Amino acid sequence: METLLNRYRNITVLLLVIFAQLVLLAYQVKNGSDVRLIRVWAVTAVTPVARIIEGARGGTQGFLQNYVFLRDSRAENERMRTELGRLKLENQFLKTELATADRAKALRAFEQRSLSKMIAARVIATATGASASAVFVDRGTTSGVEKGMAVVTPDGIVGKVLAAYPTASQVLLATDPSFAAGVVSQKNHVRGILKGLGHGNCRVDYVQNEEKVETGEWFYTSGDDRIFPKGMPVGQVTSARPGNPFQDISLDPAGLAGGLEEVLVILEGVHQEIPELKTSSQPVYLAPPPPPSPGDAQPASDQAASTGPNNAPVLATDADKLREHYKEVSDAQGHKFGDNPVGSKAVNFNLPVKPGENPAPAAKTQPPAAPATAAAKPEAQAKPPTAVRVPPQSAPSPQPETQ
Amino acid sequence: MRYSDEQSFVYSQRETQISRFKAWVLFLVPLAAILFQVYIPLFFQFLAYLELPLIVTVYFALMRRSPIGGLLVGALVGLAQDSLSKNPLGMFGITKTIIGYVAASVGLRLDVDHPLIRLILGFFFFVFHQFIFWALSRGLLAQQVPFETQRTLVLGLLNAIVAVSLFHFLDKLKERT
Repeated sequence: METLLNRYRNITVLLLVIFAQLVLLAYQVKNGSDVRLIRVWAVTAVTPVARIIEGARGGTQGFLQNYVFLRDSRAENERMRTELGRLKLENQFLKTELATADRAKALRAFEQRSLSKMIAARVIATATGASASAVFVDRGTTSGVEKGMAVVTPDGIVGKVLAAYPTASQVLLATDPSFAAGVVSQKNHVRGILKGLGHGNCRVDYVQNEEKVETGEWFYTSGDDRIFPKGMPVGQVTSARPGNPFQDISLDPAGLAGGLEEVLVILEGVHQEIPELKTSSQPVYLAPPPPPSPGDAQPASDQAASTGPNNAPVLATDADKLREHYKEVSDAQGHKFGDNPVGSKAVNFNLPVKPGENPAPAAKTQPPAAPATAAAKPEAQAKPPTAVRVPPQSAPSPQPETQ
Repeated sequence: MRYSDEQSFVYSQRETQISRFKAWVLFLVPLAAILFQVYIPLFFQFLAYLELPLIVTVYFALMRRSPIGGLLVGALVGLAQDSLSKNPLGMFGITKTIIGYVAASVGLRLDVDHPLIRLILGFFFFVFHQFIFWALSRGLLAQQVPFETQRTLVLGLLNAIVAVSLFHFLDKLKERT
């Protein structure tokens, strides 16, 4: 037995080590939890070294930049002696430009402008692996960072916190294939799921072919994923073409363009509206509408919407006027529509309507067209029955009962 | 001489060529390789494709010519790499354990001091590493990740070129006997 073990010692150790790691892996996969202690040790061991290296790099860079800046300032002061007024203004302009260009200040400005509560963090390392799409930032649980929090820059979303350790956090970038976020397009409000591709670009999934998405269109977070607050910029569409079963939409993540140095971790997200798309066309001037003259009739749409006294609808069309006329004629002859006993006399619509016989209220008709109103005027009384303004083609029907 | 005797002779000859390293080299070089991988790609993104922990594992396994030593180095480097990655612990660990074992076994059979052999081995072990990792991702984690052959071959070549240079540098850290 001992000889056998000695003979296969190497392969036995190999199998044992692999088996132990398989058990470790199976434990994590089955429980869905991590062996956190090992990771905390590793991150805590690596973070100080990374901080020192980053500090040394930043210090060296800062020293060089300050030196160059001071040298430039001195030269500029000399020039300012000769060209005081103009160079003072120019100097002020350059200082403002420098301040605006400063990334940290831009981050702070964004942080203050945004409604969400954020904390600034510096990227100190990337995750291991040849195609790593995760980074480490120098803020951890001691700064209030928790797993699942959104990470953004003023330009757009960056990713989400995959794991939070005391001194650092691991951030899964939006380009990772396992990353997903709910997005919505700016122009047509098309909803989809943002997914990483493992390299620079992302894709927007689950968008029907019928939905309209244009190249160059911006996508924003929809807030559906409960990670990113609504209204954060995501990126611009680089290509959109029909696919099977959904559209193939490629997107350039704006937050990851130009490298990552400082990011913002959203501690408490506040949803915002998606900004309206600014159209490139010039606005068209519209003059105010003309004032209504006393003789003008009310527009048909207004007439239809308006009502007369006692909430009776104001007559608007010729058919309404004709109907009203028939009603007046029938009322003048004592006929009641819907009450036609056997032997009753049919209404004679050719008889003129006498003003005094009209029991219908005058207010029911429009002043110019209503016979009752016309009857109030002496000259109207002398006019023939055509004064009711019934068009000849719509002459009274010989079958009034059918009304 | 029979074949088995000849084989034993070659083995014993290789075993006499076992390189020894000081403890700090065995600790600091893999640590530096991992730090390189987590820090340098921040500024030079293309260097993210450089698998320095793998190259270091292969080097120590080849040079020490001990399968058990190789697999242990591989397991430790892999687990350290796992703890700084988004993968569950054990993915890089198992991969590099196998790589370390195979590299040490190869080291017993080949003259690994020759640059051309080192170039071929560097290329082979990178592709092998990527393949094992891909197979584990699919088999154990059920991740539908594609195996990008062309990309892997190109990266394998680049890593092999870097490996030859790095091996040459690491040779200078060997203990003189």
